[in-house]
Amino acid sequence: MTQTAQTTNITQPKRVPELVTGTRRPRRRRSPVRRIRVVGVLFVLPAATYVAIFHLFPLAYGLYLSFTTYDPQSRSGPQPVGIGNYTKILTDPVFLSSLLVTAKYVLYVLPGAVILALVLALMVNRGRRGVGFFRTALYVPHVVSLTAVSMVWLWLYSEQGWFNQILRAVGIGERQFLLESGTALAAVAVMRIWKALGGNMVLLLAGLQSVPRELYEAAAVDGAGGWAKFRYVTLPGLRGMLTYVVVTDIVYLAQSFGEIYILTRGGPVDSTTTVNYLIYKQAFQFNDMGTASAMGFVLFALISAVSFVSLRQMTGRGGRR
Amino acid sequence: MRPKPVRAVGTNIVLIAVTIAVLVPFLWMLSLAFTPADRAFAASDLIPSSPTMTNFATALTSGGLGRAMLNSTAVAVIVVITNCLFASMAGYAFAKLRFRGDTIVFGVLISTAMIPVSVTLIPLFLITKGIPFAGGNDILGAGGTGLLNSIGGLALPYLVVPLNIFLSRQYFLEFPDELAEAARTDGAGELRIFFQIYLPLAKPLLATLGVFAFTGIWDDFLWPLVITNTDAMNTVQLALAKFLTSGNVQYGPVMAGAVLVTVPVLLVFAFNQRAFISGLADGGIKG
Repeated sequence: MTQTAQTTNITQPKRVPELVTGTRRPRRRRSPVRRIRVVGVLFVLPAATYVAIFHLFPLAYGLYLSFTTYDPQSRSGPQPVGIGNYTKILTDPVFLSSLLVTAKYVLYVLPGAVILALVLALMVNRGRRGVGFFRTALYVPHVVSLTAVSMVWLWLYSEQGWFNQILRAVGIGERQFLLESGTALAAVAVMRIWKALGGNMVLLLAGLQSVPRELYEAAAVDGAGGWAKFRYVTLPGLRGMLTYVVVTDIVYLAQSFGEIYILTRGGPVDSTTTVNYLIYKQAFQFNDMGTASAMGFVLFALISAVSFVSLRQMTGRGGRR
Repeated sequence: MRPKPVRAVGTNIVLIAVTIAVLVPFLWMLSLAFTPADRAFAASDLIPSSPTMTNFATALTSGGLGRAMLNSTAVAVIVVITNCLFASMAGYAFAKLRFRGDTIVFGVLISTAMIPVSVTLIPLFLITKGIPFAGGNDILGAGGTGLLNSIGGLALPYLVVPLNIFLSRQYFLEFPDELAEAARTDGAGELRIFFQIYLPLAKPLLATLGVFAFTGIWDDFLWPLVITNTDAMNTVQLALAKFLTSGNVQYGPVMAGAVLVTVPVLLVFAFNQRAFISGLADGGIKG
């Protein structure tokens, strides 16, 4: 520690040498405040350096790549092309269709995952008997990895799976849910709702429990019924958490990849090709890093815009919680 | 308003129905995992009539899941240690030690958590491929494959997760300053104050960071898919997905694999549950 303290005399006030012209050695006199400043920098340094190299630099590097053509297989490095990639993809029907698929996927999953989770959270909010069991059981899909979950659903949707067994039992012919372009995206979305439910429920439950009891009592005194309490006490109290859940869900859902890769590989005929899946194909199957980077930044811009608007809408115009 | 008992019964019925709907797919997963392969296509009974363990053996050996579990464990150990160490140190410094520009640095670090994968995936791939002196690379990082197809490469983007720095700071903010002040008066060094006083008191935080780091890396799919291309470097999620590309899907071994991959996550949660939940509660993830 003394070594490091000596290297940073910049922060030391000029008059300190005069003060320490006594018999004591200077380093005994170092103030704890200055010492912890130095140590603070040292404690943050590993994490900060790492984040700079592996988070911030890639952001800038990716932006640069989006204005180039680059095939890592070839000998030449990235070749600047100006805004060429952007004009190309914004008129490319495949990319535009992937934007639409991504938007649809978010819109299919979000209402179900949030509204159902809120209903469940309200149900397990009260300290009734057995409530702990329901909380844990409903949380299970959130803990199990998306790959394993996708495996189960692949089977559920398959010819011998659950859904087709039911369809056969009631006398309707069987469906190839994941192989028909009309149903594939919805089928993936149903799985994702099922998977997202528990995580959202737990967050909303935490939000519900932070609503002060007294507000309910006050509302009851004013003669509020169940619905009025929900509308005027619960919902306003839940606003912050609800915003958090909606915005994080949008951000995650807009970047869906794993379930698409496992369940449909983007098909049939690109009906489940999300932007992230297209980026993966463009970059790592066609070795077209420039175009793929541009697609990434268009998605980034859209996600930022949508989450900004959601934040504004849900936190109220004045920016209150 | 309906009488209370009736409403409670109604709520319970709905809850039970939803819970069954949520859990039944997992019961099928278990059931198929224990169903003999030749009966899997006919299986419609939830409890297999002649349970077998062969699917697990098939998944571990011919599916390469055994090797994949070792790989994933190695990566997870690295990532858990680096996150617990560096993220907690940084979080502690932001909470308890003042230095010039700390709020700005903190703001920048935390805002990196908002950068989506779609824009960093390609640069990270190129950086990993271009690490100097690794995988036959020269000093400029050219010529070889860098850290592609390696444990180090798999761990690289997750060594310090910005969210973990945030959680650590929130956690240490709740701690009293007096502990450090008393120790300083007694002449303790700053390293000692952190490692021997604050860190032992922060076990719930370490449990939380560990669980996040472990599940994050264990469940990751896209990054391993991008930077590895050999069976020897498969992670658990890749190995699982590869069962499906073999054309004829064998649901028995696939489900056995899914069960095997799920068990470590459930164990990590079970062992850390109490500390994890109190860590989340104190750390104020509520935002």
